[in-house]
Amino acid sequence: MKNGRTAIVRVEGIRKHFPIRSGILRKEVGAVKAVDGVSFEIYEGETLGLVGESGCGKSTLGRTILQLHRPTEGVIYFEGHDLSSLSGDEMRRMRARMQIIFQDPYSSLNPRMTVEAIVSEPLIVHGVANDDERRSRVFELLERVGLNPQFANRFPHEFSGGQRQRIGVARALALNPSFIVADEPISALDVSIQAQVVNLLEDLQDNLELTYLFIAHDLSMVRHICDRVAVMYLGKIVEIGPVEEIYSNPKHPYTQALLSAVPVPDPSVEAQRQRVILEGDVPNPANPPVGCNFNTRCPVAFEPCFKEDPELKELLPLHHVSCYYAEKELVGHI
Amino acid sequence: MLEVRDLVTQFNTEDGIVTAVNGVSYLLHDGETVGIVGESGCGKSVHALSIMRLIPIPPGEIVAGKIFYQERDLLQATEDEMRQVRGGEIAMIFQDPMTSLNPVMSIGRQITEAIELHLELKGKAAMKRAIEMLELVGIPEPEQRVKSYPHEFSGGMRQRAMIAMALSTEPKILIADEPTTALDVTIQAQIVDLVTRLRETLEMSIVWITHDLGVVAGLVDRVQVMYAGFVVERTSVNEIYADPRHPYTLGLLRSLPRVDKRQTDKRLDPIPGRPPDLLGLPPGCPFVSRCRFAIERCLEENPTLEPITDEHEIACWVDVTTASTHEEGIILES
Repeated sequence: MKNGRTAIVRVEGIRKHFPIRSGILRKEVGAVKAVDGVSFEIYEGETLGLVGESGCGKSTLGRTILQLHRPTEGVIYFEGHDLSSLSGDEMRRMRARMQIIFQDPYSSLNPRMTVEAIVSEPLIVHGVANDDERRSRVFELLERVGLNPQFANRFPHEFSGGQRQRIGVARALALNPSFIVADEPISALDVSIQAQVVNLLEDLQDNLELTYLFIAHDLSMVRHICDRVAVMYLGKIVEIGPVEEIYSNPKHPYTQALLSAVPVPDPSVEAQRQRVILEGDVPNPANPPVGCNFNTRCPVAFEPCFKEDPELKELLPLHHVSCYYAEKELVGHI
Repeated sequence: MLEVRDLVTQFNTEDGIVTAVNGVSYLLHDGETVGIVGESGCGKSVHALSIMRLIPIPPGEIVAGKIFYQERDLLQATEDEMRQVRGGEIAMIFQDPMTSLNPVMSIGRQITEAIELHLELKGKAAMKRAIEMLELVGIPEPEQRVKSYPHEFSGGMRQRAMIAMALSTEPKILIADEPTTALDVTIQAQIVDLVTRLRETLEMSIVWITHDLGVVAGLVDRVQVMYAGFVVERTSVNEIYADPRHPYTLGLLRSLPRVDKRQTDKRLDPIPGRPPDLLGLPPGCPFVSRCRFAIERCLEENPTLEPITDEHEIACWVDVTTASTHEEGIILES
């Protein structure tokens, strides 16, 4: 898509279904289709935003890319390697290149470990450096994320939420990764602290040439930090493209509703906005509707939407949409 | 309608006394909606619980102040009188509908409990009213749903059920404590839309407590910003966004990216530092260590909330429209 840019991650037809078991024999009676047929690429050096509401499968997708979940179906290529074909040892080495920052800076740090132990753990696991080198690496990392290295022997509870998130970032950076999944890294932080952490992530990206998958539900922040954005609904990507294109010209009715629902801190704008209020709730991912997943809430659904699931198609340059209505509108036919 | 005068609420902790609400005063007019904005720990929720006399005593204590409702001081009312006010005259909805609903009681029973207590309705008549209320808040098939238990509802439906319960007794005042924070944006839009409609039908006054400067923009008449237990700025909703005068409000608004505007490559402009520890508040202004406008006087004297125009009050020694700024606060913590 973006000409001349190499894909660091390529995801092909990923499905992740979690079995639902019931009865004393724990027989499989169904599956929660958390991720249900997703394909896309993440380019080197970019930030791809992954947005959608809770339960849409965005976190599961992020974790599946890192092989923290084994996909039920589909292939993930990372730096050209098919991750499912790697041996345990090869996979472990590959993991150093891809890291994750978690949402909750309270539960993702072990309360009984010092900051130094937390940040040096990946170095120990991967057998990098001797004790002295490790210590200086930890100090360097703490400095890089804006923490005073003198605090290295303190415990997580002695830090505020924003500082803890910085510790999580330092840990993720320990092994010089090229790709980081940031899973709602700022949602648990106070408003006045969020911008600090976002600036840190942007600085690190510039200095260390990182690629991010930025999972978020804060659409305003995504517009600020991301180059491209993918919108997920009930296990599928419904729209993906350059961030300015999607925000200024959303084509999927779900994206339109989502963007219109985000409040704007400006009463004069708020007074004039046309809000698309969606009816009802997201359907159960164990039992998605027939046809398009969004047809139960869609204000413009028509006949074909109830028969078959639309494909994700490039309806505008670099702008992919999975919607029969948008296709009819833009192409003239389905 | 409601007058809060010099309210001070403290908590006795192992480490010392925390003053969560530190001399808050305001008026809530008939039919008005006031937004109370601030970050965690600023005292916005504690102030609401103080009005309802729901502060656990000990460790909490309402040390000073008066809360006038219909010409009597709620802080002097007996527990029996309070029971009539609570839920009957002044209703409250909370952030997390899962923990504020009783999991082993049907939704209908929980609503009728309030109705039987406050209205002269019993048995079938109360149940009929409960069904009407569920219908009013947009729960489909209310006759069936009234028999459901909270776990059978989605997050948005639970919040609706809680609103139905709060409004079933026709309260004069609704206190909404972060009612949409745990919800997705499309569901938040539904709830805000619902409350806006009900406000007109039921002629209520509303206190809407939130950390989100976006939500209140389209919803409230006046905004009051809280920081470290103090009200630092109060004015009309239009004024607060168009002409914020307290450095904290200004900082918050500047650090927020906006969903409706193209983002330039500019970095976000965060507020430095973090909120002060309420255990050891400095003698001066609580915001001084993070303030870009601070002067010597701010270190020694805490400014009180004073009018700068007829409808705009701030607690600040500095005029931010003319004062010079410095990069960091004057005494950043180590």
